[in-house]
Amino acid sequence: MSDDRSPFAVKDCALIALATGKKAHTLNELRDALYAITTDSIYYHFWGGLLHPRFEERQYNNDFASWVRHALHDSTLAERLAVIDPTTLSDAEQLRSELIELLEVRLDEAPFLAWVRAVKPFEFIRSQIVVFATDRAIHEPRHLAELLPQLSTSAIFYHFIDARRRSPHNEDDFRAWLVGFAEHDALRHRLAGVDPYFVPLTELRQQLSDIFADYFGLAEAAHGHVG
Amino acid sequence: MGMLDEYAHIVGEDVIHQLRQLARPLAGKRVVHVNSTRVGGGVAEILDKLVPLTRELGIDCQWEVVSGEGDFYACTKGMHNGLQGNSVRIPENLLRTYEETNAQNAERLRGQLESAEVVFIHDPQPAALLHYCPNRTGKWIWRCHIDASHPYRPVWKYLRQFVSSFDASIFSLPSFAQPLPNPQYIVPPSIDPLSDKNVELPAEEVAAVCTRFGIDPQRPLIVQVSRYDRFKDPVGVIHAYRMAKEYLPSLQLVLAGGGASDDPEGEVVLEEVRIAAADDPDIHILLLPADAHRTINALQRQADIVLQKSTKEGFGLTVTEAMWKGKPVIGGDTGGIRLQVVDHHTGFLVNTPEGAALRIRYLLRQPQKVEEMGWKAQQFVRENFLLTRQLREYLTLTVALLHGAQDRIELG
Repeated sequence: MSDDRSPFAVKDCALIALATGKKAHTLNELRDALYAITTDSIYYHFWGGLLHPRFEERQYNNDFASWVRHALHDSTLAERLAVIDPTTLSDAEQLRSELIELLEVRLDEAPFLAWVRAVKPFEFIRSQIVVFATDRAIHEPRHLAELLPQLSTSAIFYHFIDARRRSPHNEDDFRAWLVGFAEHDALRHRLAGVDPYFVPLTELRQQLSDIFADYFGLAEAAHGHVG
Repeated sequence: MGMLDEYAHIVGEDVIHQLRQLARPLAGKRVVHVNSTRVGGGVAEILDKLVPLTRELGIDCQWEVVSGEGDFYACTKGMHNGLQGNSVRIPENLLRTYEETNAQNAERLRGQLESAEVVFIHDPQPAALLHYCPNRTGKWIWRCHIDASHPYRPVWKYLRQFVSSFDASIFSLPSFAQPLPNPQYIVPPSIDPLSDKNVELPAEEVAAVCTRFGIDPQRPLIVQVSRYDRFKDPVGVIHAYRMAKEYLPSLQLVLAGGGASDDPEGEVVLEEVRIAAADDPDIHILLLPADAHRTINALQRQADIVLQKSTKEGFGLTVTEAMWKGKPVIGGDTGGIRLQVVDHHTGFLVNTPEGAALRIRYLLRQPQKVEEMGWKAQQFVRENFLLTRQLREYLTLTVALLHGAQDRIELG
């Protein structure tokens, strides 16, 4: 996204999963696999799950934490893994290091974990993402209030979550675009307060829609124009 | 009204809109699907809808079928069983027939296959076609619908020589995949909400099926739909029913499966089921013909709870079908059932007849819970396991393959 007042081009994406054939049955194996696995696979296990609809808030925000809790039954490590926020790390390599470090520390603390065999293996998946243009473009921030409820959940994923991986400032596309509209700094501030990691994408879409509608006033937004 | 419009009523306009956008870069491209039968079987059922839907998106999509003689099908049946892990020795002469049949079919289909931009080859039957199309220009994808997680090695070794040369392969679950030198996409199967198996039925039709089989529509009903196979644990279902019936005396059970005449083990299991059922008038053991789709549909719709108490399972599309009808499913904690039955949300995962009995009692005492779980189950299928999702993934991987192997592909 540019920092001028150029239109906001709405994009959408589709994610497809690929097997890597790599599996881990123990914490040792998970650590060893993490040294070699592609960063794309790490990305998938942090974010890919968000594209799968869920019923409740996610207990853990990444597959590693979930597997450690449910297949190895180690809540301590699961909790530590769950608080990793990849957007606070500079890149995927740093994320890999952070994961390995937490595993190493836990293996030092509780050596017996090296021998615990999981009830089901961790299967490393990677993904390809195809990003495509839509016919929609927004010229004024207030028109997003009308458009947001109509966006697909994968478009929300692309602009609000995937964007953080693309942006040098770990920012979502909406906030990046609003930089060009200094009069709406308060809106940027409110968007920054949305935590995308635990809610299903449908709920995230609702939260964002509510923020925009509330900020611009629902009645006013309803009369906006989507280009 | 086009097919896409019909699906839009079920999955929502946004899903269809997304398909149209994703298909745009593929407009006019020729895509060919090849399998071994035009009617019967899950693959044909899916292609029957998938191909015209793809065409409506502006893609030149064709469906071709390979044909052969008895020995060819004897061989491919052996391959199917071998991929599933059965120790089947396929005689050398049958393997030669397999290769000759593929060569003959390649000769017949060469024009379409070698000029197509994308070719999907479904299952082992046409897998050797690629070998006989040396001047192919497009991307060839092998779609394995079978659980090949623990194949009989000699069968896999033979097949691998053909499927290794494909540009990509597709498996239903990560655990079903085999190491191959090409990208292995994961695309779970799906159901067609407009097929006879899944379409909405008039209440009178459901009532007529109940009358036909002596089922009391006023009393609670649990149903398991599956062939008579030990891995489906039909006897365990009867044990669970018995334990639950002590607390719910009006409970009825339907076990519905296909005929077992061509399956000696099936007949043995069916006999075991009959012995276990004894003379309980509330246990209905049904042997239905392969095309009794609307009857199965009606039984699933009449059920309060659907069971799939398998001890080993591939994907378990009967679970998907039941969930689509808004039924909570009590399923065995195995295979693809785990992917569908989200414990305590769309049903319960169980490991024993005792576990199943407990969940039957729990649910039948709480009708609002049955309704809530059934609603969630239906939403879960709507968003994950309908044909349109499978079509989206086929389009996605087609675009990805045509644009190289990058992790991120930006179009337009």
